[in-house]
Amino acid sequence: MKNLKMSIAAMLLLAVSFTNAQEKEKKSHEHGDMKRDHSSMKMDKMNPAAEAVLTDYFMLKDALVGDDTKKAAQAGTKLMASLKAFDTKSYTKEEQKELADIIEDATEHAEHISESPIDHQREHFKTLSKDITDMVAITGTKNTLYEQFCPMYDKGSAWLSTSNEVRNPYYGSKMLKCGKVQKTIQ
Amino acid sequence: MRIVKIIAIIVLLAFVGIQFVPTTRNHSDIVPSTDFMLVNNVPETIQNKLQTSCYDCHSNNTQYPWYNKIQPVAWFLEDHIKEGKAELNFNEWDSLSSRRKASKLRSIIKQIESGEMPLNSYVLIHKDAKFSEAETEELISFITQLKDSL
Repeated sequence: MKNLKMSIAAMLLLAVSFTNAQEKEKKSHEHGDMKRDHSSMKMDKMNPAAEAVLTDYFMLKDALVGDDTKKAAQAGTKLMASLKAFDTKSYTKEEQKELADIIEDATEHAEHISESPIDHQREHFKTLSKDITDMVAITGTKNTLYEQFCPMYDKGSAWLSTSNEVRNPYYGSKMLKCGKVQKTIQ
Repeated sequence: MRIVKIIAIIVLLAFVGIQFVPTTRNHSDIVPSTDFMLVNNVPETIQNKLQTSCYDCHSNNTQYPWYNKIQPVAWFLEDHIKEGKAELNFNEWDSLSSRRKASKLRSIIKQIESGEMPLNSYVLIHKDAKFSEAETEELISFITQLKDSL
């Protein structure tokens, strides 16, 4: 028994000294920007890539209106993919810069939405809505959109909808009709 | 008794064995000019708080206590730091666009408010990382101000 104790102590000492000797001070590698996929997808004036992003955004919005976390998470994953496929080459330099920024931000929110509980999803949906609204300001869209606004959620929060009827994605069934149309986007 | 002894030896050998697996240390002596503290006018109390409560996982330099150099603790930690830095790296603050900054600041507020950050497992070991009510309030009002000034 005494022997065992001794050997345990010896091994422990050994272990500690090794870890200290080992000190591999590899300088931390920074995460470079994620390389964006500049895949084919040719664009004409009506940007199908932007429409695809909007389709996924609205799917997400409807899932939140329906208090459906799982569906919202799926929409988040889809949105990440459609954002990634968005090629901004057909825009001016300045617009490209702005769009790249929007896409990077929106992708992060979409990612969080794809893996979070519903209240978290709604938090990120707020900022995501701002990103998507700014995107539409550049790309335009074939549909008429309505920017709606709920003064109650987080000191006032907006979102986009294809219908002028208010269905609140921040509260869902709790306060389905809270909000108003504040702008029509054509 | 024999069985216990054998198991003890096996466990011990495994413990010693995993010490040889190298880990990447998050260490840097350079504070880049893009650092959050350098580009923003951060009050000293908040600077200290951010340093003790956030910078271990959200910057390029972690203060490692001795037990964090021992496996498997080191693995566990390495993973957290990697994730933490991917989410937010205070050292690289100024390389973000205004949009990204606003997003990050909003998330910081939400995380602190909801008590999700600092992580429970972190506070358990780093008692001083915990935010008191007054500290929470001070930080949130500072971050909110910063966000509104963007």
